[in-house]
Amino acid sequence: MTPLEVHGEVWTLKELFTYPNEYIYWTLQIVMYPFMTGLVAGAFVLSSLYHVFGIKQLKDMARFALVFSFALLPVAPMPLLFHLQQPLRNHHVFMTPHFTSAIAAFGLVFATYGALVAYEIWFVYREHLVKTALSLRNKADKTMSEKIQYAINNLLTFGAYDISEEAIKRDEKAVKILAGIGIPIACFLHGYAGFIFGSVKANALWMTPLMPVIFIMSAVVSGVALCMLTYIVTMELRKIFAARKKSARSYLSPDEIKSAEINEIRLTSKYLILFMIFAISLELLDLIFRGYTAVKSWDILRSVIYGKDFVNIFIMQYLVGNLLPFAMFLLPGLTIRRTVIGTLLVLFGVFMMRWNVVIGGQSFSLTFAGYMHYVLPVIPHNIETYKEGVLGGLTVMATPYVLFWMLNKIFPIFISEGSH
Amino acid sequence: MITRRNLIKTGIAGLALPLASAKIINAAETLFPERFEKPNIRWVFLVDTRKCVGCGLCVKACKHENEVPYDTNITRTWVERYILTKDGQVFADSPKGARDGFIDKKINLGEKGSRNVKDEDIQKAFFVPKLCNQCESPPCVQVCPVGATYKTEEGIVLVDRDWCIGCAYCIMACPYGARFFHPVHKVAEKCTFCYHRLKKGMKTACVEACPFGARMIGNIKDPDDPVTKIIMMERIAVLKDEYGTSPQVYYLGISKEVR
Repeated sequence: MTPLEVHGEVWTLKELFTYPNEYIYWTLQIVMYPFMTGLVAGAFVLSSLYHVFGIKQLKDMARFALVFSFALLPVAPMPLLFHLQQPLRNHHVFMTPHFTSAIAAFGLVFATYGALVAYEIWFVYREHLVKTALSLRNKADKTMSEKIQYAINNLLTFGAYDISEEAIKRDEKAVKILAGIGIPIACFLHGYAGFIFGSVKANALWMTPLMPVIFIMSAVVSGVALCMLTYIVTMELRKIFAARKKSARSYLSPDEIKSAEINEIRLTSKYLILFMIFAISLELLDLIFRGYTAVKSWDILRSVIYGKDFVNIFIMQYLVGNLLPFAMFLLPGLTIRRTVIGTLLVLFGVFMMRWNVVIGGQSFSLTFAGYMHYVLPVIPHNIETYKEGVLGGLTVMATPYVLFWMLNKIFPIFISEGSH
Repeated sequence: MITRRNLIKTGIAGLALPLASAKIINAAETLFPERFEKPNIRWVFLVDTRKCVGCGLCVKACKHENEVPYDTNITRTWVERYILTKDGQVFADSPKGARDGFIDKKINLGEKGSRNVKDEDIQKAFFVPKLCNQCESPPCVQVCPVGATYKTEEGIVLVDRDWCIGCAYCIMACPYGARFFHPVHKVAEKCTFCYHRLKKGMKTACVEACPFGARMIGNIKDPDDPVTKIIMMERIAVLKDEYGTSPQVYYLGISKEVR
């Protein structure tokens, strides 16, 4: 009989004096969790810039970001399910929430936010849903796919067929209110993910009241970057289709698409830079403060930050993930190609920040006299090394795109007729 | 004149007094008061590190008693060895939780291999048994999202194996490294002061197994309990006081190097 596998033992290397029960218990999926919720919150904040503050130039991006945020939403709890030792008991969090725990609020916060985004999408797309349903209803011989399309659109109107000018005005007002309420909720959703870490008093690296704010700022940074990237990808695809044939959906020529694209991107990149400044300032403040106050844990933290994790923190996160893209966006004459590289680097930087918090926080022992090194499982040899290894992480990363593709069938992101 | 406003005003004032004296009555408590009596017990632990020789019999006994897989590194209780050299270095280890006792002079450094310290270079050395501190304000209970871990009336923190979702938040929250995942049940696991034995009037497995009396358990609410007497009379210490958990495992003869 093979000896029993202790959770965490496979990927933890222990060094010097550590307690016998210490392992890296929170792994890749817990890195993925704040990364994914960050994208959700960030995408939503971006869409609200248009709906609430009326930044007209962001119209195209706003609708896009909203649907993308909704596609990302079901993916946020996925890493948690992958991580739980008893995933089939996940509903216990909803059934017996223990409210002194930060995680217990997850069900409430998440459901509230999900409902809010769903409402907002409905109001944004109501006109389109009604028009599609009505035009299909009158069509005589519908194909099978048209029948399905009609059924879905008809159902989603929920019987509200009024698309008079007055009704549309009311829709717009509802969108504005919902987006307004949504900003604090999106920030709460993610700030609370930061609170989960920041409130662990046993962990010297995590415990800081700045953690929720740092998480919100980096969330917006990553959300905006991903929206820009995905926006560029979809626009490029449309250009290819527009050049190949006169697509029924697209009324624009490739050149028109191109000029619209770069305009949106240049404007959005300004917001990206702004939020990056906030995020980096807070992170540096935290680092300086720890070094200056130098409490008991600083000796081991310093050896981790400036020693063991130096490459991860200063090279990967700050240099490659922050400084480099920052310079790229600031240089004049921003091009699409430079934006693609820049946003990829920003996303990488935010991912590394999550990694350095989650894994870095467990890379030193509670004894302050030993270290733990995380060996990421690449090729899985059982369910556990799949779930908490590279493949599990990739599964989580790929899912929003599948959902986005499906949602786009119902809520087309690029409709040229005047919607909100 | 009785206006609607007046009626509401006087109504609220008139109702406030009788309502303030009202009390929610539990029918079961009225009928069977003996079932609701709070036990006058608060279990605490006392470790006299000066008596510990690092034999590891307590760890062995615990693993057998509580069915923690014997050949794994995880353990509910463990013993640490501290070696302080004359030039001021501190070494510590606890290989396999000291299940087999410290039979080797080599200090285990994990991935860094092992290290020999010559006898003549040693300034002092001692052993420190560890277990769950059954904190008065347990952070593990605070962070459990489903309430699967809880403190009993006797002050002992337990885990409900049927309700734990295995999120590891409690493991992260414990500053003492007392918690881990049970490899068979796949839920959070910890020292329970052998609650099942205490309930039957027995002592914990580790206390029974210790040949030197280094481990003691007692009821701090009983002033005649020998453990209570020592805690009251002697100079004692607890571990990691700074986390505000008010740990309930008391130590005699502890040194500042102990982590």
